[in-house]
Amino acid sequence: MDLNMSLPSHSQGADAWQRVLLARHAQRPYFLDYIRDICTDFCELHGDRRFADDEALVGGMAVFRGRQVMVIGQQRGRDLKERMRRNFGQAKPEGYRKALRLMRLAEKFQRPIFSFIDTQGAYPGIDAEERGQAEALAVNLREMARLRVPVLAVIIGEGGSGGALAIGVANRVLMLENSIYSVITPEGCASIMWRDPEKKQAAAEALRLTAPELLRLGLIDEVIPEPEGGAHLHPEQMAATLAEALERNLELFTAFSKMELYQHRVKRYRNAGNFFAH
Amino acid sequence: MTWFHKNTPPLAPTQEDEKRVRTEGLWTKCEACRNIIWKKDLEENLNVCPRCGAHFRIAARQRLQWLLDPGEWRELDADLASNDPLEFTDTKPYRERLRAAQAATGMKDALLSVVGTLGGQPVVCCTMEYGFIGGSMGCVVGEKITRAAEYALKNRVPLIVISASGGARMMEGAVSLMQMGKVAAQLALLDDAGIPYISVLTDPTTGGVTASYAMLGDLNLAEPGALIGFAGPRVIEQTIRQKLPDGFQRSEFLLEHGMLDAIVPRKQMREYLIRALAFCQPQPAAPA
Ligand SMILES: [Zn+2]
Repeated sequence: MDLNMSLPSHSQGADAWQRVLLARHAQRPYFLDYIRDICTDFCELHGDRRFADDEALVGGMAVFRGRQVMVIGQQRGRDLKERMRRNFGQAKPEGYRKALRLMRLAEKFQRPIFSFIDTQGAYPGIDAEERGQAEALAVNLREMARLRVPVLAVIIGEGGSGGALAIGVANRVLMLENSIYSVITPEGCASIMWRDPEKKQAAAEALRLTAPELLRLGLIDEVIPEPEGGAHLHPEQMAATLAEALERNLELFTAFSKMELYQHRVKRYRNAGNFFAH
Repeated sequence: MTWFHKNTPPLAPTQEDEKRVRTEGLWTKCEACRNIIWKKDLEENLNVCPRCGAHFRIAARQRLQWLLDPGEWRELDADLASNDPLEFTDTKPYRERLRAAQAATGMKDALLSVVGTLGGQPVVCCTMEYGFIGGSMGCVVGEKITRAAEYALKNRVPLIVISASGGARMMEGAVSLMQMGKVAAQLALLDDAGIPYISVLTDPTTGGVTASYAMLGDLNLAEPGALIGFAGPRVIEQTIRQKLPDGFQRSEFLLEHGMLDAIVPRKQMREYLIRALAFCQPQPAAPA
C-alpha cells in the first residue's frame, strides 16, 4: 500500500507563507481538541517528578478505538489567560522530562504512543537554560529512539525545531496538510539570513517547511489532507481523517517485535536527510 | 625583528606600532584581558591567553594535532559534501557559501573525523570546525558523526566528539533538524553496546548541537569560559526583554547547574581524556 498519498489539487497553489498562517491560525484545532474528538477516557498525568508540571506539554492515558494508548502533545491555549498558563505551547525542560516519563510508562505497559506536535519551539528563557533545556531535548531524542513500543508523531500545527523533534522521534511521522515543520521560524531565519524580519515570506519559501515539500525530501511519511480552507473550518472532519490515519499507521506495526520497533526507528532516522555526494 | 625574542616580554606597542604589527599579523589582542599578545606565544600556549587564560577558538585540524598522539591518523569521509537539498538562497545561494567556506578552510564541511590514538588507546574523534559556516550542523556533519559512531561500534573503540557550533544549519532546513535525531539514535546503539562516548564542548556550542549529541556524552566536558546553551543569548534577551546576568551560559554556569562533568583547560584536556578512557573502556561484545 502506498501511504504517501498525493495532495488534493485545491491546495497545490497555497504558498509557504499561507500555510504558515494556517498552521498558526487562532481557531486551528489544538492537541486536546483532537483528543476529545478521537479518544475516550482521557486521563491526564502531571509532572516530571523532579521539578514541576509544565502545562505547555500535556500527556496522559487515553482509549483510541478500543485500545489503551499514551498521548502527549504541546498545548497552546485558546484565550490569553490560557496561553499564559501554557506558555504559548513552549515547553521547558520539565515538560520534556514529563513527556519522557510518560513515554517510558507506556513502554512498561506496552502501549503505543501518539505524539501531537504543535509548538514554535522549546522555551528560550533563563530558567529553561538553568534547568538544562538542551540536555532535556537531547535525552528525549536518544531515549525516544529506543522505545520498544510503536510511536506515531503527527504535526498538527507548527513543528518548531528541536522542541518539536524532542517529542517527534517516531516510527511514522505524519503532517496535516497545512502544518509546518522547520529548523527555525521564518521570522528568525529572515532576521539572521536577510537581516530583515520582513523577509519572512521569502524565508518560509526557502526553508521548504510545508508538508508536501517535506514529503518530497523524504523527511516525513505521510501528508494528511485537510478540509477545504483548512482544519479550523471543519474540525470534526479533520479529526475523523486524522483518526483514520493514526489507526492505519498503527496497523503497520502489529507484527513488529519490541526490538524491531527500536531498530525500525533507528533506521528511519539513519536514512533520513542523506543529501551528500562524494 | 630580531629584538623580539620569546623570552623577552614584548614592550606594549604604541597605538601606531599596534596598527603596524597588526598588519604584519604578528600580534593579537586578547578580548578578555585587553593585553596585546605575540601570536607565537599564543600558539605555543595552545591558543590560550598567557596572561589571563582565556581560551581562543582554534581550527579543527590544529586541535587534533594538539590532542591526539603524534603519528598516523586516518581521516574518515573527508570528501563528503552537501548537495544543497533545499536549493537554498537567501541574499546569496547556499552553494556559494559552501564554496567560500570550502576554499577558506580546505574542508568539505564543518567536521573533521579521524581515527587515531590517544595515550595509545585507539579512538575515533570528530572535531567541529567553527570557521566553516559557524560550525553549523547539516547533513554532512550528521552523517560523518553517524559513520564515526558506526565505526566505534564495529571496532569497539571510544568515540570523542569535540563541538564548536552555532547549531543546526539553517540553509538545510528540516534536513539539518533531522540530523539531531539521526545522531542521537546512533548514540543509543553505542550506549547499548557499552562503547564510551565523550563529548567535549568548546566555545561556542549552542542550538541543535547542544540539544543533541553534545549533551549526550557518558562524560560531558567543556573548556573554560565557553558559551554553551540551547537558545542563543540574543534570542533569550528578545524573548524575556531583560539583560542576561554575567556569566550566563558559560561553562562555569553549566557546571554549577549540573550539566557538565568537568571543566578542563585545553592544556590538560589530553591528560584528562586519557585518564577518563582508562575508566571508560569499551565493553566486550555480548555473546550472540
Ligand atoms: Zn587574556
